Amino acid sequence: MPDDILSIKGINDGLLISLSATEKWELITKELAARLDEKAAFFAGAKVTVNVGERPVPKYELSSLKALLERRSLSLAVVMSDSTTTLASATALDVRTRTTSKAAADIDDDTMAIDPEEAGTSGVMIRRTLRSGRIVHSRGHVVVYGDVNPGAQIIAAGDIIVWGKLRGTVHAGAEGDTSAVVCALDMSPNQLRIAGHITTSPSDKRRAVKPEVACVRDNQIVVEAWG
Amino acid sequence: MVARVITITSGKGGVGKSTTTANLGVALARLDKKVVLIDADIGLRNLDVIMGLENRIVYDIVDIVEGRSKLRQAMIKHKQFPDLYLIPAAQTKDKTAVSPEDMIQICNKLREEFDYILVDSPAGIERGFRNAVAPADDVLIVTNPEVSAVRDADRIIGLLEAVNKGPGRLILNRLKIEMVKRGEMLSADDVTDILAIPILGIVPEDELVVPASNNGIPVTLNENSKAGVAFTNIARRITGEKVPLMNLEENKSFFQRIARLFGQRN
Repeated sequence: MPDDILSIKGINDGLLISLSATEKWELITKELAARLDEKAAFFAGAKVTVNVGERPVPKYELSSLKALLERRSLSLAVVMSDSTTTLASATALDVRTRTTSKAAADIDDDTMAIDPEEAGTSGVMIRRTLRSGRIVHSRGHVVVYGDVNPGAQIIAAGDIIVWGKLRGTVHAGAEGDTSAVVCALDMSPNQLRIAGHITTSPSDKRRAVKPEVACVRDNQIVVEAWG
Repeated sequence: MVARVITITSGKGGVGKSTTTANLGVALARLDKKVVLIDADIGLRNLDVIMGLENRIVYDIVDIVEGRSKLRQAMIKHKQFPDLYLIPAAQTKDKTAVSPEDMIQICNKLREEFDYILVDSPAGIERGFRNAVAPADDVLIVTNPEVSAVRDADRIIGLLEAVNKGPGRLILNRLKIEMVKRGEMLSADDVTDILAIPILGIVPEDELVVPASNNGIPVTLNENSKAGVAFTNIARRITGEKVPLMNLEENKSFFQRIARLFGQRN
């Protein structure tokens, strides 16, 4: 009875995965992987809250669970548990925690204690100009402190921020995230892609140089002044 | 005497690497420097033609590497300048006949006797380019004011930075000031805006260059050639002299200059 072992539910800002507190851990993770793989494309990109109930989960088990999720493009955002062992493991892995005494349904309740710590998301920082022929790949965001010259390429699952002239090719949200954005101080990319959308810069040479942001709206890429 | 090894490269073909190498060689020799030019474009040699030394070739760089000739035997002395030599490329082999280590060794043997060793790189970013760059103390990147040449130069600068030889200095070759004014050609500012490296010199387009190269008399020997003067200026800058960039605007009337002083556009 798989539902006794685990359940996957959609919640406001992602997925809530509840795991049996008593079943064997190996069995649970195996079943979880199988269930996620069934609908891999549907789940991809989601933020996951994992509820393990009273089970004490050591750090290495939680870390392998986190990796299991990340391999499927899911990020482990919150761990819910009543076990201090589990909570300590999550803290050690830099994952936010909640106790289960607040039921899953209460997750977005205003009465919940507000954690002042911003979790943020990870990425890479490139502190130089990317010249023609250079490529940057990242499962997170990419920040370039320098220019991105024509012939250079950036592919990121998250956002792309260029503190300089963007003239190369960039692909934000490369794993399908249409909420990804591209920002640059001088936005004239050779080609700009966000998730499955694609556009080129207008060939107007007399444009004003100003910081701009590109994002997807109504199924097309729009570029507007930043700020 | 410890020579500086200067490699002249570009990425794109046909932008004037060999012409630049030959002219800088001659110009440095005229400044009483001891200079040896090495043609690293094995299989497509032509520096010897531009230098007017084609008919004197007996041994080439591959003969040196493979032990058929001593270094000295392959060095061809220039007709006019006794302190200017050329080591020609082989025409029959390909780039793999020489390794980057071979180039470093050859240059190290020459360093004691010369002021400057100029290495003429082949086009491209493969073995031939790596051979040419391996011994370099300085790299000069030749480009033309057109988008494709600048793109390749940018790639080359990136590769040079990756092997700690970068970023190099730029020679902007074949600039036509009239076309720049009409907005039909990239200006020096457009080029440096993208490449962001120092400009060592700007060489104007000059019809005297092609016949000079065909005749084996580098154009810098022609005092009437603007390109020739530009190459001489670059050679002087290489020796450390401060020479301002040439004023490429020609035939400006006195009144136009006055008008400019007052900030009017003309």
